[in-house]
Amino acid sequence: MTCLPAHTDKKLGLVIDLDTCVGCQACVTACKEWNTGGHMAPLTDIHPYGGDVDGVWFNRVHSYEHTTEAGGRTVNFPRSCLHCETPACVTVCPTGASYKRASDGIVLIDESKCIGCKLCSWACPYGAREFDTDVGVMKKCTLCVDRIYNDNLAEEDRVPACVAACPTSARHFGDLGDPASAVSQLVASRGGVDLMPEMGYKPTNKYLPPRAQRAASVAAPRLEPVKAEGGFLGWVDRMLSN
Amino acid sequence: MKNGAPRGANSAPSQRPLADTRAPDEGDGVDTSPKVSDSIAKTTCYMCACRCGIDVHIKDGKVRYINGNKDHPVNRGVICGKGSSGIMQHYSPARLKKPLLRSGPRGSGEFREIEWEEAFSIATERLSKIRQTYPKKLAFFTGRDQSQSLTGWWASQFGTPNFAAHGGFCSVNMAAGGLYTIGGSFWEFGEPDWDNTKYFMLFGVAEDHDSNPIKIGLSKLKARGAKVVSINPCRTGYNAIADDWIGIRPGTDGLFVFALIHELLKAGRVDLDYLIRYTNAHVLVIQEPGAADDGLFLRDSDDNPVAWDRVAKASIDAADPEAKPALTGSYTVAGRRCVPVFQLVADRYMDDSYAPDAVAARCGIPADTIRRIAAELAHVAFEQTIELPVAWSDWAGRRHETIKGRPVSMHAMRGISAHSNGFHTCRAIHLLQVLLGTIDVPGGFRFKPPYPRSAPPGPKPCGKTVKPMTPLDGVPLGFVCGPDDLLVDEACTPLRIDKAYSWDAPLAAHGLMHTVIRNAWAGDPYKIDTLMMYMSNMAWNSSMNTVETIAMLTDHDGAGNYKIPFIIYSDAYYSETVPFADLVLPDTTYLERHDCISLLDRPISHADGPGDAIRHPVVEPDRDVRPFQSVLIELGARLGLPGFVNDDGSAKYSDYADYIVNHERTPGIGPLAGWRGKDGEAIGKGEVNPNQLQRYIDNGGFWHQDFAADQRYYKMANRSYLDFAVQMGFISKAEPIIFQLYSEPMQRFRLAARGHGRVQPPEAERERIETYMDPLPFWFTPFEEAAVDLEKYPLHALTQRPMHMYHSWGSQNAWLRQITSQNRLFVHHQTAADLGLVDDDWVWIESINGRVKGQIKLVDGVNADTVWTWNAIGKRRGSWGLKDDAAESNRGFLLNHIIGDQTSADANGKRYSNSDPVTGQAAWFDLRVRIVKCADEEAGFTEPQFERFSQPPNVAPSPDILRYGAEFRVNREAVE
Repeated sequence: MTCLPAHTDKKLGLVIDLDTCVGCQACVTACKEWNTGGHMAPLTDIHPYGGDVDGVWFNRVHSYEHTTEAGGRTVNFPRSCLHCETPACVTVCPTGASYKRASDGIVLIDESKCIGCKLCSWACPYGAREFDTDVGVMKKCTLCVDRIYNDNLAEEDRVPACVAACPTSARHFGDLGDPASAVSQLVASRGGVDLMPEMGYKPTNKYLPPRAQRAASVAAPRLEPVKAEGGFLGWVDRMLSN
Repeated sequence: MKNGAPRGANSAPSQRPLADTRAPDEGDGVDTSPKVSDSIAKTTCYMCACRCGIDVHIKDGKVRYINGNKDHPVNRGVICGKGSSGIMQHYSPARLKKPLLRSGPRGSGEFREIEWEEAFSIATERLSKIRQTYPKKLAFFTGRDQSQSLTGWWASQFGTPNFAAHGGFCSVNMAAGGLYTIGGSFWEFGEPDWDNTKYFMLFGVAEDHDSNPIKIGLSKLKARGAKVVSINPCRTGYNAIADDWIGIRPGTDGLFVFALIHELLKAGRVDLDYLIRYTNAHVLVIQEPGAADDGLFLRDSDDNPVAWDRVAKASIDAADPEAKPALTGSYTVAGRRCVPVFQLVADRYMDDSYAPDAVAARCGIPADTIRRIAAELAHVAFEQTIELPVAWSDWAGRRHETIKGRPVSMHAMRGISAHSNGFHTCRAIHLLQVLLGTIDVPGGFRFKPPYPRSAPPGPKPCGKTVKPMTPLDGVPLGFVCGPDDLLVDEACTPLRIDKAYSWDAPLAAHGLMHTVIRNAWAGDPYKIDTLMMYMSNMAWNSSMNTVETIAMLTDHDGAGNYKIPFIIYSDAYYSETVPFADLVLPDTTYLERHDCISLLDRPISHADGPGDAIRHPVVEPDRDVRPFQSVLIELGARLGLPGFVNDDGSAKYSDYADYIVNHERTPGIGPLAGWRGKDGEAIGKGEVNPNQLQRYIDNGGFWHQDFAADQRYYKMANRSYLDFAVQMGFISKAEPIIFQLYSEPMQRFRLAARGHGRVQPPEAERERIETYMDPLPFWFTPFEEAAVDLEKYPLHALTQRPMHMYHSWGSQNAWLRQITSQNRLFVHHQTAADLGLVDDDWVWIESINGRVKGQIKLVDGVNADTVWTWNAIGKRRGSWGLKDDAAESNRGFLLNHIIGDQTSADANGKRYSNSDPVTGQAAWFDLRVRIVKCADEEAGFTEPQFERFSQPPNVAPSPDILRYGAEFRVNREAVE
């Protein structure tokens, strides 16, 4: 049993825009690439060239088809740790390896304390934990804790790798505990939602839902044949004569 | 950068670093400031053909991380799924290590390693004999090459016309359709005005083409609330986020577009002023059936096309800015009856056969939807016009106080291109854009320099005369303007091995790489000696009819010799094509080489200004490999090709980098346009600058020049832009570029089919030429659909590459293959239900060409008459460093096996290449299939299966575990 901090100074997290995500996997591999040499390195790949390939990924994108009254749509859905306010993956940890930072709210794993019992991955309803069988420890999204404060990166690059990479600008980052922050404002303006709020883990990351389908969004009057004498060709002649 | 303006595409306030990036005092021992890199090299990505700028972080001599270059005009800091996986491509276990000489039967994969000197000797001896006798017996085809200005020039210096890259099986319909119509085209030739457009139509873009610019652009449109309409049988990728997904039936886009045009014409919603100013709508067309010039433009004594002046009631130079030309009617000028082009346009597309109700069923789109979209186009184009407060002058010197725009834009690619009717459909889309007045206007489709060029641009293809030891008198690929430009002999026999620029494919601007193996095997039109290829997987996913193609590569004549006598192949990886080569020249990865992304080639310009870029080695090769371009330059020197040796016979260029800096195609114009001149102060034209590469490196690997505000739009007629284009060498004269609604070059082919002119088609092919060389775009049923029993083959079958692999050759990438290692056949729920199929069933996919087995996945987001799959996931056992149990070779499948490379025989028994009859573009997407549930014992594995390739010598088995990056952490923690 690991305790959660009573309060975190910040609630750092991601905001993911399902309206613009095209499922291109840029965030997925940018994350893999940064993190395989980063804080939890490596993101091991078992049988990388074989039939039962199984790698560690902190971020994955799934595509779903969804039927609404307005018709079907395809939704691309990036999935990674939501850095919950009350994460079961932390409270269930028997060794204190899984913990939530009091300063910024990031949920991390201290590998030196992880015994590989996998209780946290059973507890997480979002499937955000990845077990590295090679070293027998659990790994997960660090919110690029080794980028966002990194003095060795140019200041403008101190954002999570997935946010920097996303070609459709579908990923945002900031303090969701500060209602005045740009991410909080974005969530408010776009009706951002929690994933499975009924579970009660209070995810920090928010998802911006796809906008209502706008097939008829241009209020264009129906085209009518030109009424001019001589039909269309008569209209052309008159237009040119004006 | 703390106080600088935010850079790059992802710089919204919600995407920036924390206001205070100092690490909090958490006390958990996490190192929040590890050193990332020892150095950062800025170069150009090559994980696809998009050519984004990348920052490669090198740590401990290895690639630690690759991110997008924020200043680069192509990607503005973002990077795609492929670009972020570059590490795995660079360190792939499938990399070739040393030159190889075949030691077993062709196709076995049995090789022995040789030294480069031996490789050069073998190639030089062989090619030297060819050059001294019949230079055409060398066929040099270069696949996904980004150095075609070098490779094409090499071929021309060698003296063979048998050169092309992969455009013929990729998107030549888009290039030719655009270049013959508006003097530009999609992708590298132009782009939507992402910042101003209000209504965007995306036709047939199979996940990509190009990658990051479209993604960045779509996010801008979504943020601004502009409407995105996608026309695509598949609702994936970009189509998934469209406001309006039109799940069209494949191959009917042309009909749909004509129905839109029909509606717009009927309602008088076309921009007449724009048509007169920028197009040939008013040019008079001779109407005299039987005459040798019937259907050509009426010309004055200076050979200029003429129009009918409504006010003067007389003919007038169509280009006269003072003219008041008629667009309709019929006129008799000097005894010739003529009508304006626009009259022909109206006559054709106002016909009821193009009415929405007439096409709806064939397109699979309700007529009301077609009418609604036509109304929306008209509304946005004519009621939501925009005006930029910038004064500009047109070519005739007329000053305009503002730049006016109709904010409708379009983009189209592979789904249009890969049909036998793709050329005409592409022209139809441009016609629609032009009628709305939306080309190169604010909010419309914008040209990227060096385009626009005249429609069609020069030069013409060379190869009519081929002599030993003699360079061609120009470039092998170009643009024909009539039958006289064709590369055929007196007996109509094609002069090129791929039959480009013959009656089979008159406007084959990119050649027909997909026909080379069959033609060389059959000796049709003649036998060759050596097939040299670079970077194209022609024994697998780049060929149609794979099984037969493989058989042709290994077939013998009666004397036991291979029918294609010698194959030289260069690739960086052990692909499915390498085992079919006799001599293998191992290439480097993209991080180990020099390259130039040149304005002479396939440029990376932006609509707001020209640009080009370089690659430079950021890591040293750890194998005995050489960049193919440097190898080609050395081979050129050893052969003594005129452009590659000095007067004393010594090599003119030491390697590709030397060539990039010092080669001049014409005086002052070389591969790179930036920092020319001795002091590096010139752009476009200027003396060689010995420090040019360093200037590129210092600037982040690229050069980009921003246009002045008054040069950015109406480039086809913008005085300031045209003057700049002449100064840069893009065009030779500052004359307006006239959009060709009606294509006179095409009519010249028709006239030949009617018996006029010196060069005429064979009797049996006249009807085909008459039909398909229509000077106005039209729609016809794709060839395979017209030929097969549709009851028997009721479904269309398509492929697309997933976004994370598009143009990214090689699914050996350890990361990307984890995302997709088995392709499924996607089938609509209803279609499956009708066939008694359920999710995950294994089926035979059968066409008239054969059958292949795969597993289905049921979806709703697809046209119900269509099935589709991810392309090139299926791999052959033994290739790409994959293990024998890899999903790619056991459960993934290649649809290419059942795509015919030839059409069914026509009435005369002739089988053409399965291609567009105008351009020769491979008609991949014409395929018709049926799907049949396979027997229980057949489920679970794909067929056909192929023999496993042997592995090249001294290649270590691919690892069973990959801990990439562990070493960075170990080294980091050791320092601490």
